[in-house]
This record gives sequence, C-alpha cells and structure tokens, in this order.
Amino acid sequence: MEQPKVTPQMVKDHGLNDEEYQEIMEILGREPNYTELGIFSVMWSEHCSYKNSIALLKTLPREGKALLTKTGEENAGAVDIGDGLAIVFKIESHNHPSAVEPYQGAATGVGGILRDIFTMGARPIASLNSLRFGSPDNPRVRYLVDGVVRGIGDYGNSFGVPTVAGETYFDEAYTGNPLVNAMAVGIVKTDGMISATIKGAGNPVMIVGSKTGRDGIHGATFASEEISEKSELKRPSVQIGDPFTEKLLLEATLEIIEKDLAVGIQDMGAAGITCSCSEMSARGNSGVTIDIDKVPVREDKMTPYEILLSESQERMLVCVKKGYEEEVYKVFKKWELESVIIGETNDSGIFEVRLNGETVAKIPSEVLVLGGGAPVYHREAKKPSYIDELAHLDLSQFSLKRDWNKDLLTMLGSPNICNKDWVYNQYDSMVRTNTAVGPGSDAAVMRIRKTRKAIALTTDCNGRYCYLNPRLGAQQAVAEAARNVVCSGAKPVAITNCLNFGNPYKPEIYYGFAEAVAGMGEACRVFETPVTGGNVSFYNEDPEHAVFPTPVIGMLGIIDDIKHVTTQWFKDTGDLIFLLGESEDELGGSEYLHAIYGRTTGPVPALNLYYEKAVQETLLSAIRAGIVKSAHDCADGGLAVTLAECCIANRDKMMGAEIYITDDIRTDALLFGETQSRVVVTTSKDDGEKLVDLCITHKIPVAAIGRVVGERLTINDAIDLPLKGIALSYYSSLTKLVETIS
Amino acid sequence: MRFGVVTFPGSNCDYDAYSAIKTLGEDVVFLWHQSADLMNSDVIILPGGFSYGDYLRSGAIARFSPIMKSVIKFAHEGGLVIGICNGFQVLVESGLLPGALMRNEHLRFACKYIYIRVEKNDNPFTLDCAVGDVLKIPIAHKDGNYYNFQADIEILKKNQQILFRYCDKDGRITEAGNPNGSIDNIAGVCNESGNVIGMMPHPERAVEDILGSSDGMKLFESVKKFYKQGVKFERA
Repeated sequence: MEQPKVTPQMVKDHGLNDEEYQEIMEILGREPNYTELGIFSVMWSEHCSYKNSIALLKTLPREGKALLTKTGEENAGAVDIGDGLAIVFKIESHNHPSAVEPYQGAATGVGGILRDIFTMGARPIASLNSLRFGSPDNPRVRYLVDGVVRGIGDYGNSFGVPTVAGETYFDEAYTGNPLVNAMAVGIVKTDGMISATIKGAGNPVMIVGSKTGRDGIHGATFASEEISEKSELKRPSVQIGDPFTEKLLLEATLEIIEKDLAVGIQDMGAAGITCSCSEMSARGNSGVTIDIDKVPVREDKMTPYEILLSESQERMLVCVKKGYEEEVYKVFKKWELESVIIGETNDSGIFEVRLNGETVAKIPSEVLVLGGGAPVYHREAKKPSYIDELAHLDLSQFSLKRDWNKDLLTMLGSPNICNKDWVYNQYDSMVRTNTAVGPGSDAAVMRIRKTRKAIALTTDCNGRYCYLNPRLGAQQAVAEAARNVVCSGAKPVAITNCLNFGNPYKPEIYYGFAEAVAGMGEACRVFETPVTGGNVSFYNEDPEHAVFPTPVIGMLGIIDDIKHVTTQWFKDTGDLIFLLGESEDELGGSEYLHAIYGRTTGPVPALNLYYEKAVQETLLSAIRAGIVKSAHDCADGGLAVTLAECCIANRDKMMGAEIYITDDIRTDALLFGETQSRVVVTTSKDDGEKLVDLCITHKIPVAAIGRVVGERLTINDAIDLPLKGIALSYYSSLTKLVETIS
Repeated sequence: MRFGVVTFPGSNCDYDAYSAIKTLGEDVVFLWHQSADLMNSDVIILPGGFSYGDYLRSGAIARFSPIMKSVIKFAHEGGLVIGICNGFQVLVESGLLPGALMRNEHLRFACKYIYIRVEKNDNPFTLDCAVGDVLKIPIAHKDGNYYNFQADIEILKKNQQILFRYCDKDGRITEAGNPNGSIDNIAGVCNESGNVIGMMPHPERAVEDILGSSDGMKLFESVKKFYKQGVKFERA
C-alpha cells in the first residue's frame, strides 16, 4: 500500500515533539511510515500514555490487602468485599468531547466507563457522575448542562444501570471547559474476573460489537489539547453512543466470561484497535498480528490509519481461547452482535498490522504503552503568585449586621447548594432494584444481594478549595468523601480518582497537579483508602483560563450489615440534635463568600487528617451501636445549610428543628463557615447520653445543639424560618436557573 | 403458578420483575423474544426497558417479535398479562390496550417515587387493594404521557378500565401529583375483560422496604390470590 511520506510538519501535527520523534526512529531503527506515526501519536498522547502524570501517580498509596488488581494494570480497580464477591470501579473524564458536543460527549463517557467494568466480567450495578459547569447565567452553559444531563440519562437509562449519586457544581472557572467525570461500579465473583490480556500463541483475536467508522479519529489527541475557538472543528472527533448495542455487548460479554471462552477482553475506548491490541499484548508479553481488511467497517475506503485510530463506540477486542471460536460466535449471534476474527496471537512481542497480507505497521507493543516505552516526563512546577495573595483574609471587612434569614435563603437557592433533583430525576436511579439510598443523601447505598452487606458510593471535590490550596484541597476532597461514606454507615475502603487540570506544560498548572497528588496521597494513607485507579485529564483550559484544579475522588465504602444504613434527614419529633466537631472562625473558600459577596478567596478551612479520622471512627461506632438516627456531614454552606437540609431532605416528611449553639465565634462563620470534620447527628431522646459517652471516650468534641420539633428551623436569634420557605428556595431554584431561555 | 418474564433485546427490568416474583415465592421463567414458547406460564410480564433500543417509537418494534405473537394469542384467550413501563408501551402498540403513550409533558425522563390511587379492585391485579388505596411506587420513563381521545376516555370510564391514577400522598387527584401530563392522571389501564393490564409505574421496584416501598407487592399478591382462587377468565 502506498502511504503518504512522513514530513516534519506531519510529525508536528501529530502532536509529537522532536525528541519523541528521534526516540521513535531509534526504536524502529528507521523512519516510521504514516500509519505507524498515527499509532505512536495516539499511544504517546497524554491521554493514553499519562506521560506527564505517571511519575507522580506512582507516589500514591496503591497497596491494600483487599485489592485484587494492581493499580492501573486492568480496565478498572477491584476490591474484595468478602462473601466471594468483588466490587470493580473506576472514574473517567469526558471533558473535551462534552465541551463541544455535550449530549454525545457525556453519553459516550458513560458508555466507555461501563465497558471498562463489564470487560472485567463484572455486572455494572451503579453509575455516578461529577459535573462542573460555568455560571448558569451564561446561555451556552445552560446548553451544556442540558446536553450533558440528557446524554448521561439517555445512555445509562437505556443501558439499565442506575445512576445513583454525583455532584453538580457551577463556577466561572469551568465556563468554556466543563468537567464531565463518569464513574461506574460493578460486582463480580472473585473467581469470575478476567484480565485485559492477550497471551499464548495461536489464539484468535476477535473484534465484536459495532462496525468501525470514521468517528472519533484522534479523539485521544484532541483530549490532549486545550479548548479553543478551533475546538468546534473537532466535533467529528466526538464519538456517537448507542446504549442499546452496549446493553447487548454487556450480556454477551458476561456470557462469554461465564462460559470461560476468552483469554482476555478489553474495551475499545481511546485510540480504538491500536490501544487495545498494544496494551493487551504488552500486558501478556505476547505479540499480535491483525488483518485490518477483516475489520467490519461502516464507511467505504477507510485506510488502515483510519481504522486503527477510529474511536467508534461499543466495540471490544476479545482474545478467544483457541478451539472455542464457534461457541463465541454463537453467543454474539444470540445477542445479534457481529464478531469477526481479525488476527492471532504469537510470542513475538510485536503488534503487526497487515492489509491484504502486506505489512503496513510493525511496532513492538511494549514501546507503545504506559509503563513500557512511552515517554515519562517530570515537568517544571512553580507556585502561582495568587495562592499566597489569596491566603489571608481580614474578616472584619464583612458586616455582622445582616438579615441572616435572607442570607440562608439565598444560600439554599444558590446553584451549588440548591437541590439537584432537576438533574438526578432525569436518571433512572433504581433499575436492578438494589438502591437502598438513591441520590439526595450523603452517599448512595446499594445493597448486595444474598448477603447482609451494602456498599456506599460518593464522588467529592471542592474545586474552590483546590484552587486556593491544591494540597489541602485534595486532602479535603478525600476527607469529605470519607465523611460522606461514614455518614451513610459505611467504612471507607478505597478510592478511584479523576484528576482534572489545565495544561501541564505550564509550571503553575503543574504545581497545582503535583500538590494535589501529594495531598491526595497523604489523605489516602491516613484513611487507609488506597487508590485503585482512575484517570488524568489535562488541558482543561479555554482561551480565558484553566479550570480550577479538580481532583475528583470517587470513594467506595462497605456496610457490613444493611441495618446500619443511615440517611441525612431528621426522623422523628423529639430526637436530639448533636454536632460532632467544633466550629471555628473560618470563612475563607466558603460558598457563603462566593454566593453573598462574589469572592473566591482563602484561607481554606484547616484540616487535621488524624482528627478527621477520629471523628469518622467515632461516628461509625455510634452508627454500629445503633444509636444514630440521622447523620449529615457539614460541608458546603456550613452548619445552617446542613441543618436546613436535614429538615427538608425527606420531602414526604419535613421536620423542623430548634437549635441553640453557644460557640463564641462570628455569626456568619457559625452559620455558614465550612470548618472541616463536623457532622450533624440525631439520636432518640434516650440514646443521647450514649452518644456523648462515646464521644468522650474517643476524645471527640460533641455538643447537644437542639431537638427536632415543629415546622420551623430556628438557630439562636439568627435564623427563624418556616420549612415551607426553606423548601421553596431549595427545591425550585435549579429548574429556574437552568431552564431559562434567552 | 408460573410467571413468564419476556426478555427483548434492550429490556432492562426483566431481572427486577424476575426477582420480585422470587420474593413473592412463585415460580418464574424468562421468555426469549425470538421464541414463541410461553413455557406454560400462567401470567406474562412484559418488563420495562428499551426494547430493541426504542430508537423508533417506544414499543413499536417489539410488537412484531415472535414471542409477542404468542402473548397476543394468550391474551385473547383470557391469559393474564401485565405490561410495566416499556411493557405497557408494547401492549398499546400491539393493540391489546387502548390509547397511546406520548413523550412526557416536560419532555424529560423522570425517575422518582410517586403516588397512584387504586380506582378499581375487581381486577386480578388489584383485588388485594381497596378502591382509593394510595400506593407509593416509582416511575422511570420518558414516554409515559397517557393519551386517548376524549370519547374513548369516556368509554374507558364507562367500562371501568382505568385501574390507577396519579395522585398526591393523600390520594387527591391533582396536577402536581401528575408526573408526566397523562390525561385524567391515568397511570394504568386494563382491557375490557380485565385480563390485560398496563401501567407506567414500576410495581416490581417497590417490593421490599429497603428499596423505599413494598406497595408494589400488592399487585403480585393480588394476582397470586386470584390464580389460587381458581377463577378463570372466559374467552373473549
């Protein structure tokens, strides 16, 4: 086949620098041809190679006795939960596609992460998503919100996985570059997992699922650039999702694995056939030769280059056990899916592509992949000057003569605090009937059938904290995720993470990245929640600015006995309300300063990881002792918002509260400050003393701050509001904000 | 007593219906869309989901499947059939139930717990309820906006074919209690002889307290009781 001659300009257009090209020449001992250049460009792109992040990611705690996979070595991380079962979970970004084509970008983000789960043999049981947009005042932002939410909903709903938790944040920092992070969770018998490996000699390699088209070519490379005016032209790089085909692929794949017909399976996500072939063979220390002309295509005259780089969705590569080809065909045929043998394994260690028998690309698999020959860089880091400038705050500039009732209502209706049911009611949160606690509490809880167990799931990150102090912000993200999981009655066991940052070649951006990774590592070590895997997304910048450093934490917790499931809302009149932890004069980084004064400034609240852990352990032992009726972590919006949510979160049974707090701090800090390591807990009248005793034993500050009563929320002399008014602000706000047409 | 749950490609509540019947304690089998064999089922459940992807019109393709030919015959012979969500859409498309299910009035998918009021209790699926009972059952659909011509609504009323209506938690039929714009708050209907019913809410999702409600179990308990009493429908 005649291939275009590789020119220096072409190398540049493929996003490879001079050193990288020299490296390629040395590896091959010759110039690469056009097809090979394409292969190197996607495999060595930031998206596939993690070249600017992997050195730091390796510093994260990745060990734990319950971990069944090595971090980053399989499609997703797996955690042993006992009873012969494992939970498989991972979070991934689809920011760039969603920025230009929100519906398909978000939909295929969900599709991709679900495939990562079921290609390991696990059945997806829950989906979560962490979303960040610019201000809803901006019509383009509203378009993005609408498209992303519909995309996530339509894909997950049709596929049949419940979308049970997540977050939706709004801040100007995300205006041109929204963040769409999708997390999926699956369950598998510990002896039923399968690896993403090609190995052995003479095993057939099969492509299954959708035909290959020209969609998504260079999607991985696109994801490794900043968003600009030209990004609109990259719309064809965004793939199109088909959840129906994915549902069929799920059932067929699980059947293949159940019947033990495959050596290994990998999803075709970024970099399509190229990535799955090279990663799978590198993992198995084997080689693979494929005949590209055998790949079913949906368009005429596709070149090997296009077929190799296509990111058409709902496709997988299956390494079949030799001799079982017919049985595999039969399973896929039953599910009306196409499956074609396109190649064979060997022990050469080489990824070879042939067209009509003629070699068009021949590269050792190992040199293409992360952990093998892909480049690894340590970038320059420089502390941005704004961090020190924003680290001090004179609180005396903020008046204490305010209408606190009005402030609370403003806060409850602000985009970041208000109820998000406009978003999550568009998601099927109950299909498969395992959802014990759906969206709207601190964490989602899924029961595990045929056991007494349940799992708690949450995603968390406060981007504003991370902007003001990346290291502390990342610690707080882990701490809050753990706190949410504990409030639901679970013990935190492991995390997955999605690291969303700007261009790593800018030293100020890289500083934020390095600090966040360090902070996350510190926190995960203290909480004993190893990092099972995840995803890095750089280049999240529009022409104006980079996004806030946003290391999203997806956390898994285990509830040993389903009777310990705890929710955030107040339960019964007469229950006693306690605050675990103490409040400080901390307003920096708060939602209050942002919503009321339009200020994003530090210092962010302090955090002592060991103290935080002690608070959480105390709460968990109280829950396990059966004395906690509700628990809600005190986070964005502070104590007043937390209490208001406890009052109205159960819309069928709203409960009022009378609160008296004697803390000697500023009223604004008392009501809206975001001091960490605090939880609002209720007990029955009889159990209050037990909770206090427990806290004393664990040396955790606890204060009885009031009781559940009536139909109003009152806090000292500052707040006195009817629940109806609170509910109106809280529940009606988002629809108004995002459905405005202009 | 045996329940048969039909699996179309794209069905995703088939397993939920299956496990609800297991919870009920009765025999249950899956029925494959390409087979015409109902496997001696006494009650057929057409489950929720997106049959054949529902890229055309919800339920429009499923009605042509081999299993549906048998289900239609079974229904005409008086067999008990319940269509839930997508299953309701399939029954309407198949002509076994009157009316149509349009896109929700607000044009968005809606998943949440809602309340429905039992309008009649002489149906096999409601005989364990009292008229006026309020059931807390979730919905999860984009095309659940029940529509029929006014003249046909009058016929439904006259024949007492309206089984469930959306209401508030106290059983009042209100606009606020109507999650999708259905005419007359209609959430579920039956055919004239009462052996075929369709509903948008998901009773199979409300069968254990841990899931938020067990009100849906009343429907399955009802049909079980009906069957055990040995009452048979006459051929239409």
